[in-house]
Amino acid sequence: MSHAAPSSSLATNNLPFPHRHLLGIEGLKEREITQILDVADMYVEQNRQTNKKKNILQGLTQINLFFENSTRTRMSFELAGKRLGADVINMSTSTSSLKKGETLLDTALTLNAMKPDLLVVRHGQSGAVNLLSQKVSCAVLNAGDGRHEHPTQALLDALTIRRRKGRLARLTVAICGDIAHSRVARSNIYLLTTMGARVRLIGPPTLIPARVERLGVEVFYDMKEGLKDCDIIMMLRVQTERMQGGYFPSISEFFTLYGLDYDKLSVAKDDALIMHPGPMNRGVEIDAAVADDLTRSVIQEQVEMGVAVRMACLDLLTREKRNQVQEAGK
Amino acid sequence: MTRYTLYDNARLLDPASGLDRLGQLLVDSKIIAAIGEKLTVPKDDITIIDCQGKCLAPGLIDMRVFIGIPGADYRDTIQNTGDAAAFGGVTTVCVQPVTSPIIDDLARVEYVMSRTRQAKVRFLTFPALTKQLKGKEMTEIGLMSRAGIKAFTDGNVSIPDATLMRRILKYMSYFDGLVIQHLAEPSLSANGCMNDGELATRLGLPGIPTEAETIMLERDIRLLKKIGTRYHASQITCQDSIEVMRAAKVSGLRITAGVAVPHFALNEFAIEDYRTFAKVSPPLRSEDDRVAVVEALKDGIIDVIVSGHDPEDPENKRVPFEQAEAGVIGLETMLPVALELYHNGHLSLLEVLAKMTCNPARILGLETGVLAEGAPADLCLFDPDTPYKIDADNLISITKNTPFDGRPVQGRVLRTVVGGQTVFDYNAA
Repeated sequence: MSHAAPSSSLATNNLPFPHRHLLGIEGLKEREITQILDVADMYVEQNRQTNKKKNILQGLTQINLFFENSTRTRMSFELAGKRLGADVINMSTSTSSLKKGETLLDTALTLNAMKPDLLVVRHGQSGAVNLLSQKVSCAVLNAGDGRHEHPTQALLDALTIRRRKGRLARLTVAICGDIAHSRVARSNIYLLTTMGARVRLIGPPTLIPARVERLGVEVFYDMKEGLKDCDIIMMLRVQTERMQGGYFPSISEFFTLYGLDYDKLSVAKDDALIMHPGPMNRGVEIDAAVADDLTRSVIQEQVEMGVAVRMACLDLLTREKRNQVQEAGK
Repeated sequence: MTRYTLYDNARLLDPASGLDRLGQLLVDSKIIAAIGEKLTVPKDDITIIDCQGKCLAPGLIDMRVFIGIPGADYRDTIQNTGDAAAFGGVTTVCVQPVTSPIIDDLARVEYVMSRTRQAKVRFLTFPALTKQLKGKEMTEIGLMSRAGIKAFTDGNVSIPDATLMRRILKYMSYFDGLVIQHLAEPSLSANGCMNDGELATRLGLPGIPTEAETIMLERDIRLLKKIGTRYHASQITCQDSIEVMRAAKVSGLRITAGVAVPHFALNEFAIEDYRTFAKVSPPLRSEDDRVAVVEALKDGIIDVIVSGHDPEDPENKRVPFEQAEAGVIGLETMLPVALELYHNGHLSLLEVLAKMTCNPARILGLETGVLAEGAPADLCLFDPDTPYKIDADNLISITKNTPFDGRPVQGRVLRTVVGGQTVFDYNAA
């Protein structure tokens, strides 16, 4: 199924982007989010052509620095960089060998000396990407830090929703499951509330972070109550690796109470979309049949939008620099 | 060197007696010989210091200071800690046992004390309550008490085992020592790194709820009710703990409480942007809790102000927030930042000073902390009105991990005297 971009998009395509880094969604203005989504829309169309390449980043170096394993996100960024013509280098390193924080900064300084233009960073600690961004002179793109933010995931979610529903404002979006440990949830809360959507969080009380209502969301502990009349249902992965001690009694109880199945889905709007950032735990947070239901699930489309959104971010974060180079060359 | 020193034209401030008037103070060698409006002083062998109407108070006693000796002199040396204390008007530094090795027996106490004798200010060592701070077995608190140790603490860790704590309190009751507890129930605090609340949610950092502190305090008070040992809560940081402490004091328990300067001068927003230089244990709390702490200082529920001086080298701070060590330096900034309580009209000058002089002296059974005839001449001459900005680069401490860098303050230490000897003179420095 093909979904067209909203017609208003191209006006912002050539404007500069007012941020040096993209460390999170918090603090981005509505017009800035719209700008990223508009540019991403353009790249969706480009990615559907036979020739997917556009060499606007030719000569620029992008380093994907992943302190946490993530094949999907890293590949998505790699593809995005290559489709824009950047020289892309991947560097994966596990946090276990980098427990000393100074190594993080040493790594940053070493990389900085190699004069990259873009640093895409994933790290297991909240705030680590912010710290790193203070030590390098190139643009830094947060590819997920601890349980803090994962901005491009929220942007690709927004792009998916906007292309399907034509808007973000006034939609009711439920984010369900392990909110406490989810950087995806935080970025989505900031983005969706900024864009005028109504956000509901649904999960067991142990997985709802403290005073989260102050971020402008409604909290539900009962799935059916929370899902009632929702336009969008975002399921989150239960991050057992980040949990120390029991947050719920068993997987089976979690699935019974909070796993998305057709029964719980029945209270949402008939055309409600089902989303998941992946990788999915089938039978934990989502029923396999629901996940694979192509009439409702847009999970694969999210992956497609991911490449376009990341291309847009790489494009926007290098615009000023590329303009300067052009100016110098005149 | 002369035998007598006359501090002339001083605003004499003695929180213990309520004295606040212009006058003179005469020191005979190491002790305070006389205090009065116009003293009869010896004609010879005397140095006269014109205080120019500035405040002359007892030297400050800081009940919570971490040092790097032994084991980590890259953090701070004894000499450096002493210099920093003298700069801050602190004449007695109470050393926490969190060193390498841990100060948990008399030999190690004596080793540290022997090292500290050359320092400019007085050092008291608070040995550990449990061996290696592990919370499993009590140290030789009887032997150490008999050797003159005033107080015991596990420093920056609490004693989670209720049975062991009960035994410690019972055993200590015989020696009338002071048990100082760090309030953090480990099962609630172990995985956290900041105050639990909206900001923790925004930053994606695991929070430590205030209950971690309050539950531990409530448990200890329940144990104390049947035992009656002297007990000091090293740092109270939230409204709930204050209410618990208030009730305990009303019931007549021999219980006191302290607070570190950051907990009434800052709130949790000081760590926004993952600022590790404001990471402390317990964590900085909400603004409501901070205000409650100020009120508790005002109404006497909190007895003592400490610096919580804990030098951490930059390598332990310039890391992601969760990985960063907790701790800030504070010896040099304790007085000027605490004076904000006076300048903001929350406490009188005498009330602020009481928290850092006669109150800790009373709790620890020290002769210092007062301006009284016969007391050791430990003095702090300061001008409460001098405005300046704290500049981390200008601090004496080797590490510069202060959350107050750039903060405008009012109050400058002009002279620090320990046992009659001037150990810091701002005009000569």
